[in-house]
Amino acid sequence: MKGYILKRLLSLIPVLLVVAVVVFLLMHITPGDPAAVILGPEASPAEVAELREELGLNKPPIEQFVSWFGNVLQGDFGTSIFMKQPVSQAFFEHLGPTLSLAIMAQVLAIVVAIPLGVLAAKFRGSILDQTFMGISLLGISVPSFLLGLFLILLVGVELKWLPVAGYKSIDAGLLNHIKYLILPAIALGSMQAALIARMTRSSMLDVLNANYIKTARSKGVKETIIVIKHTLRNAFIPILTIIGQTFGTLVAGAAVVETVFNIPGIGQLIINSVERRDFAVIQGSVLLIAVSYVLINLVIDLLYGVIDPRVRLGRK
Amino acid sequence: MRGDTMTELLLEVKNLKVHFETENGTVTAVDDVSFSVKRGETVGVVGESGCGKSVTAESILRLLNEKHTNYEGNILFEEKDILKLSYSELQKVRGNDISMIFQDPMSSLNPVYTVGNQIVEALLLHQNLTKKEAESKAVEMLKLTGIPLPEKRVNEYPHELSGGMRQRVMIAMALSCKPKLLIADEPTTALDVTTQSQILDLINELKDEFNMGTIMITHDLGVVAEVCTKVVVMYLGQVIEEASVESIFSSPLHPYTQGLLKSIPQIEGPRDEKLYVIEGKVPTLTQIPKGCRFAPRCEFATEICRDKMPQLESYENDLKVRCWHFKDIQEKRGGMNGSRNESQTVNS
Repeated sequence: MKGYILKRLLSLIPVLLVVAVVVFLLMHITPGDPAAVILGPEASPAEVAELREELGLNKPPIEQFVSWFGNVLQGDFGTSIFMKQPVSQAFFEHLGPTLSLAIMAQVLAIVVAIPLGVLAAKFRGSILDQTFMGISLLGISVPSFLLGLFLILLVGVELKWLPVAGYKSIDAGLLNHIKYLILPAIALGSMQAALIARMTRSSMLDVLNANYIKTARSKGVKETIIVIKHTLRNAFIPILTIIGQTFGTLVAGAAVVETVFNIPGIGQLIINSVERRDFAVIQGSVLLIAVSYVLINLVIDLLYGVIDPRVRLGRK
Repeated sequence: MRGDTMTELLLEVKNLKVHFETENGTVTAVDDVSFSVKRGETVGVVGESGCGKSVTAESILRLLNEKHTNYEGNILFEEKDILKLSYSELQKVRGNDISMIFQDPMSSLNPVYTVGNQIVEALLLHQNLTKKEAESKAVEMLKLTGIPLPEKRVNEYPHELSGGMRQRVMIAMALSCKPKLLIADEPTTALDVTTQSQILDLINELKDEFNMGTIMITHDLGVVAEVCTKVVVMYLGQVIEEASVESIFSSPLHPYTQGLLKSIPQIEGPRDEKLYVIEGKVPTLTQIPKGCRFAPRCEFATEICRDKMPQLESYENDLKVRCWHFKDIQEKRGGMNGSRNESQTVNS
């Protein structure tokens, strides 16, 4: 087990290398000189050249890459030219809001979607099933920014139940923290909820037809226990996969919702950094997001083993 | 071993019809099936794939999806009609009074729970045991089915066991609450020949020990010869012959039964001889012949066979047959076939 985790963590290195090369190339292909952007349109060519020298931008790209990636492997992601602070510090400052939002969206999605998917499968073909699946189709189709704006208008502006936008950290009290996050979490989580509900339904339908479900019925097991104990646990592997995948997109893809609700998260950090040509921040953040993807997937893979003994590792 | 309880009626299936609603209209998979099982008796239900034998078996525990299934007739278990039980009454019968073993042991056990957990579940449902007691009972049941190291196996998952082991686990689970009736739906089909006979011996032994009525669903006449006392032959949803195992093998009445027996490969005799096959194939349930259902494939079929459906008639003591010409056929057969005594040895 420990060996497995270690192996998975070591596999981070090649992943990081590939991501680093791609991000680095992307940054250098895009037009726009960071030195010129930082100094503004009125700076003289001499000043720009001086700053380029200072930032190391005049060195050959290969050399820039090697020195940057070498530092990264030692945990140093560089310093933001614009914010004058270490990239990792900037990243983790912005990670809090994004993580809070992503977790909240995911929890909402799971809590709503799994029961709906289970009920839809159990009562397949009924009006209940058709209604749930209709709603979930809507959830997949409506873009999060549209849903976000609609929620702001309805719940924030018209009904005045919840704040329109903004973010309060958990230091301002858990309730306050959650109050600001509910609307963006719904906007962000609706698509995940729809995906999870559909996956739950189809996976449950598969398992409900399995022979061992018939065995359980022939033993006299109650229908509710058949659904929860015998079916859901077997149906959970594909559901978990979807949850893992979508959690990655929630962390990385919250940019739109963060913008709509003005939440100072990773999305905003990256968008702002792109505008400022803040290479170090962009490269560092994208790398750290890649790391988080790998870590999330590792956790999901370990959870598979908890649910299904057949994929358990190193069992004695 | 075969005391007075032998004569006591345990299960009586009376004029059972099972209709499925499909997209193309209603299909009748089981059409007017009647038979009975006494305590301690093993009844074989034989027929080709699709003849309705499994549907009949699953009807007895009402395991079919009742949203699309309509039952007619009666299934009397100890004089109570199973088809009229409420859902919660039914749950008390399932696994307690009547248990079932399925065809494919590979997929009949839940892969995410230990086999012990699955046996304990049945015990806790029907018997007044603490969890501890149920756990030791589960080990005891596994031991009874001849699983080596039951204390260790009880904590293993189905995927860690072989097919034969899993079927033993299924048997342990089915018998854990001492059911009065065991329905075995092709319990040995998915197993290799050696394991097959071990499992059959096991079922036979435990049947005697618990004085259990058994319904053995199978398409394998060898299995019938080995374990059954009475045989019900089904064809396309109907019973076409019912007889003791001795007379099925020595003097089958229905041409279909005769065909089935003739198509068993013989170990002795010339190798290059072609295996006998019954001509044609089983019609689908949507195109059931008007008269006798076997008529299109029957070498003895006449006008009346194609026109009118024969009824299941009683003949001699406890034989029943559904054929217009069975008497003529038997006379003809008796004249040219002297193998009667020889084949009787099959079941002795």
